[in-house]
Amino acid sequence: MRRVYFNEEACIGCHLCEIYCQLQHSQSRELIKVFKRESPHPLPRVRVEEKGPVSLSIRCQQCDEAPCVYACLTGALTRDAINEVVVLDEERCVGCWTCILVCPFGTIRRDVDQRKTVKCDLCQGEDVPICVINCPNEALVYKESS
Amino acid sequence: MIKEERIKYLIIGNSAGGIGAAESIREVDKVGTITILSDEPYPAYSRPLISDYLAERRPLQRMLFRPPDFYEENNIQSIPGRKVTGLDIDEHNIQLVDGRAIIWEKLLLATGGSPIMPEITGIDLEGVFTFTTLDDAKEIDQFLNNYHRRKIRAVVIGGGLIGVSVTEALVKRGVDVTIIEMKDRILNTILDEEASALVETSLQQFGVEIITGQTVDKVTSYLSGAATGVTLDDSRPIPCEIVIVAIGVQPRTELVSNTGIKKKRGIIVDRHMTTSNSDVYACGDVAEAYDFVYGENRLTPIWPNAFIGGRVAGFNMAGVQTEYQGGTAMNSLKYFGLAIVSAGMVTPLDDSYEVISQIHDHVYKKIVLKDGLIVGLVFSGDIDKSGIIYNLMKDKVNIEDFKQTLVADDFGLVSLPEEIWKPGLAIPPSALACGISSVEQTEEVLVGE
Ligand SMILES: Cc1cc2nc3c(=O)[nH]c(=O)nc-3n(C[C@H](O)[C@H](O)[C@H](O)COP(=O)(O)OP(=O)(O)OC[C@H]3O[C@@H](n4cnc5c(N)ncnc54)[C@H](O)[C@@H]3O)c2cc1C
Repeated sequence: MRRVYFNEEACIGCHLCEIYCQLQHSQSRELIKVFKRESPHPLPRVRVEEKGPVSLSIRCQQCDEAPCVYACLTGALTRDAINEVVVLDEERCVGCWTCILVCPFGTIRRDVDQRKTVKCDLCQGEDVPICVINCPNEALVYKESS
Repeated sequence: MIKEERIKYLIIGNSAGGIGAAESIREVDKVGTITILSDEPYPAYSRPLISDYLAERRPLQRMLFRPPDFYEENNIQSIPGRKVTGLDIDEHNIQLVDGRAIIWEKLLLATGGSPIMPEITGIDLEGVFTFTTLDDAKEIDQFLNNYHRRKIRAVVIGGGLIGVSVTEALVKRGVDVTIIEMKDRILNTILDEEASALVETSLQQFGVEIITGQTVDKVTSYLSGAATGVTLDDSRPIPCEIVIVAIGVQPRTELVSNTGIKKKRGIIVDRHMTTSNSDVYACGDVAEAYDFVYGENRLTPIWPNAFIGGRVAGFNMAGVQTEYQGGTAMNSLKYFGLAIVSAGMVTPLDDSYEVISQIHDHVYKKIVLKDGLIVGLVFSGDIDKSGIIYNLMKDKVNIEDFKQTLVADDFGLVSLPEEIWKPGLAIPPSALACGISSVEQTEEVLVGE
């Protein structure tokens, strides 16, 4: 399957991946509204971490043997049979956060208001995930893995 | 006349473990016959959600662990509502309660646990319930619906995971709840003192009374046949209309008694989830499987371990050698919105362990270490990165050089040495070598990594 990979040497920690992700997963897709007013408030599924000169852009890596899928108490997290993306069925998620405890990247977020888990879906419906398209420095690449 | 069927893979228990196995078998064997049996009359449902059923009458449709067409789609025969009453290992056969017999090639015991009932007077009175199945939740719901007189009071015996789960549901239904816990604090097997106290405070804020260090001597009744209260071991009476027994579950091993299959409290399995008989497998709440924190077989009665154990068992049943990496006790709790996660050894066994912790505002983070390795964790409030810690524990990464950062507010993957985060995030060599998709086949697949 295709995954988003990260090249640390090219990442300048601009956070654009986060911003575009948040926009992409909003209702309005209007920048100002998304960041100031939209309710429920959309959350980014990408996280940028920084320490000194090092910055990391982190999202779900769609693990082969995905621990979150096996730990999910309700069956809300599954691997899509066709495109192999680890997807969340919001209807079935009850926000128990068991997936968070087993994610090796710490990349699954809590939407506390909605009582739902939030995770990267590789921008279902788009050819290329929006964070990859908008990375100004090609620190993110969308590539087929073995 | 007794009808006899022949099945390649027979699974007893249509829940986390059973479904985990059925799915992995189908991943590698598209045609071998699979039958999955249960004495519960429902398709596989998420057992932890019985609290939601009781609290807000979440419909069964929204509790199903897999879509309704799961069995048909995967060509799995499901026989619900039928109890297995006999097991003959030598003959490779089982008997059902209706007299039917089934011959199997490979058998998985994913029979879970059953609630422990204390031997006290009045335990069989009307109004006394257990809370481990959807039918239990339905019965309690019925009881509440039929009770119109005044405020209903409940006594929950046992302050473990199930006791606190039913307490939250009852409170949401407007019931006054008193928890009686024998030990000195609730959730004492899965949380440390600090986190137990956090849950206690949160329950008390919602009006729950918690009595610790005491047990229930008897369930009392001044109405014919119906519970009207309990008496504690110091003779103190507590009036109530409903009693929930939640002092623990025991592995349902009854089918293997007299079969020679090795068991202690649970059925002993090796790293392939095989029992002492090579055609019989076990997983989930009924099994004692490898615990990677304690380095020995233990009962770890939680949903994810049942599912992964089942998945490993299924691969092995279908002939694909697969090793169980091991599990450990781990839980994510969110009673009344308070997020707490815990895993492994939450309270050090002795002085040879080291504890690193941080507590401020609504955040509590604690890690238990031994010889540079993480053996346990408890996080509350800020739990989002707990998975990173859990995996460092699971993969036995030596964290001596950066242990203090693990409980810091700004902890993240970036706090760890590059060798740890890089392989997971950077382009793997296999993807760089575009076009050449040579996959190295490892001998054994490790599941649960
Ligand atoms: C209220 C509650 C809350 C919980 N919350 C959590 C939680 O938050 N997180 C977590 O990880 N875990 C939680 N658990 C525990 C979790 O549900 C169990 O660990 C899990 O269900 C174990 O799965 P299993 O497949 O081993 O067995 P089970 O789910 O117990 O299923 C076994 C099945 O086998 C059937 N069976 C047994 N013997 C026979 C027989 N002889 N013939 C026919 N059928 C038989 C049983 O009826 C049952 O349907 C909770 C449990 C309860 C009750």
